[in-house]
Amino acid sequence: MATRRDGNGKVEYDLRLYVAGQTPRSVQAFANLTKICEEHLAGRYRIAVIDLLEHPQLAKGDQILAIPTLVRTLPEPIRKIIGDLSNKERVLVGLDVRSTG
Amino acid sequence: MKLKRNSSQPTERTLPKCPTGIAGFDEITLGGLPRGRPSLICGGAGCGKTLFGIEFLARGAQDFGEPGVCISFEETSDDLAQNAISLGFDLKALERANELVIDYIHIDKSEIAETGEYDLEGLFIRIGSAIDSIGAKRVLLDTPEALFGGLNDEGVLRSELRRLFRWLKDKGVTAVITGEKGEGTLTRHGIEEYVSDCVVLLDHRLQSGVVTRRMRVLKYRGSMHGTNEYPFLIGQKGISILPITSLGLNHRISDDRISSGIPGLDEMLEGAGFYRGSSILVSGTAGTGKTSMAAHLLNAACSRGEACLFFSFEESPDQLLRNMRSIGIDLGRWIKKGLLHIHSTRPTTHGLELHLVEIHNLLEQHKPKVVVIDPLSSLISGAGENTGDLTNMVLRVIDRLKQLGTTGFFTSLTSGGRAAEATEVNISSLVDTWLLLRDVESDGERNRVLYVLKSRGMAHSNQLREFLMTKNGVELREAYLGPAGVLTGSARLAQEAREREEESRSKRESEDRRLALSRKLRAAEAQILALEAERQAAELELRSAAIQTEERRNAAAEQRAQMARSRKVDSSPKASRPSVREAGV
Repeated sequence: MATRRDGNGKVEYDLRLYVAGQTPRSVQAFANLTKICEEHLAGRYRIAVIDLLEHPQLAKGDQILAIPTLVRTLPEPIRKIIGDLSNKERVLVGLDVRSTG
Repeated sequence: MKLKRNSSQPTERTLPKCPTGIAGFDEITLGGLPRGRPSLICGGAGCGKTLFGIEFLARGAQDFGEPGVCISFEETSDDLAQNAISLGFDLKALERANELVIDYIHIDKSEIAETGEYDLEGLFIRIGSAIDSIGAKRVLLDTPEALFGGLNDEGVLRSELRRLFRWLKDKGVTAVITGEKGEGTLTRHGIEEYVSDCVVLLDHRLQSGVVTRRMRVLKYRGSMHGTNEYPFLIGQKGISILPITSLGLNHRISDDRISSGIPGLDEMLEGAGFYRGSSILVSGTAGTGKTSMAAHLLNAACSRGEACLFFSFEESPDQLLRNMRSIGIDLGRWIKKGLLHIHSTRPTTHGLELHLVEIHNLLEQHKPKVVVIDPLSSLISGAGENTGDLTNMVLRVIDRLKQLGTTGFFTSLTSGGRAAEATEVNISSLVDTWLLLRDVESDGERNRVLYVLKSRGMAHSNQLREFLMTKNGVELREAYLGPAGVLTGSARLAQEAREREEESRSKRESEDRRLALSRKLRAAEAQILALEAERQAAELELRSAAIQTEERRNAAAEQRAQMARSRKVDSSPKASRPSVREAGV
């Protein structure tokens, strides 16, 4: 399993947030995500926001159905969280942040 | 066929339809699926839903110039392509030609967590981009119900599916949505509520270990459609729903006659044989010579250079050839010439539908003029207890043959206990000519007799005829009636001997009589000759007597004249004298 660590040996996170246009739900999800990441993964995360309205072909690669979908591409394995990420606890569990933190 | 009309006005003109290209389906629905609307195909596992959808797309792309999108929730595109190849569709080639897009949507609950609100816009975008990439007119969703297994929020799913179907309609694509049958509902999650324009139910049933597939159009809003349950087949060319053409009895018929290959039998059928394109049933108990009669017909047809097909459900081709050689019919040479094809299968190898498919395919392939199915009755084991299915199948075969103008010859085994006039397949009313072969037991032997129970459109013989299996084939014998009915076997031989004896005796007698009469005639002739001689003699005598009289008279007249001259009588009245004299004679 591919994992990338920062200078302190901590696991770095690559995240992708799939949205479809600037809907309130997408905006909400992005805000929730950055907040959680700043709190728990400060300095060791990257977020790429992919707007499927602009790049519909990208939906296939990560098997995106639901919007918004957050995909953790690193560390592996790939995990997905769908929804507006309003429940912080579930996001942390979903990203498996606690155990690998 | 029953037709249901949902509205009082015929609406086919106003409701555009999208031909599926699936054999038979477009006939049943009078044109295909509703164009620009979603249709639901539902049924149990393995009933052919996906195949229906794939064929809809592939035929649309191949035959109707309508590109398609397949959104598969269950199988990967490689799996789909592989499965479709066995049914004659090359999905990969269609994809390369930009006629088809296959998108495999995989959803794995174990790697997805849900938190907060979401919708399925991603799915919409994927389908939308697939449609737009090739300008698709047809969409297959197989089966969106899989989403219920991957996502927890059923409420969201339901409303999103409803939105999806409406969205597809707005896009103007003709969509096929498959759904697995649930308990008591058409689909497991009840998505039929959202797809209400056209619902087709597929089904396969196991009867006595043999599967029969059926299809029914449950609902077709705004259109007439056949409401019956139709058997369908999945063969090498995809789905075919039967009947393809038997919606009417309108096949063209022929006045042509073809020989049965048995001169005596032809004689019983107005001396001309069967009608070309008619269906002939030969029924009889075991060993009455049904197959041999079939061989005669084939032999005659092949001699005319016509292609023939023999479906044998009991004998292998080799066995058949050997057995027919024993009665002097060499079918092997026709096989070598490519005129005759023998197709041997066990009736139990597969269900009725596949037998039907095989028959249909071989008919297509060989285009025969004469087809023999021997015996029809053995297919009963394929039909299970439901012989109605077999009757149905036979009807379809007969229909097909009639459409093609092909003569069909079916044999049927009747078991001893049954009434002779009842075939187990109950198809007697479907056939045009029915020959009955029977064993007659008398004087300690069994002999075969044949009669024509019916033959539509001809004045056939009503005689019971004995027939023999000789090394020159089947031969019909004269019918002899005895006090106990028709005479057969040795009784017939004895009768024949008696008649021969009778004949020679009467021949002798008449010869004797002829001789006697001719003798009598000759005697009479002799008598006539004798009398004639007598008559001539008498005539001669008569004539000489007359001459003597004349001479005497002349002499007397001369004497008188001399006397007158000597008396010097005046000679002036001499002229009147002869008249006086003559008056005096």
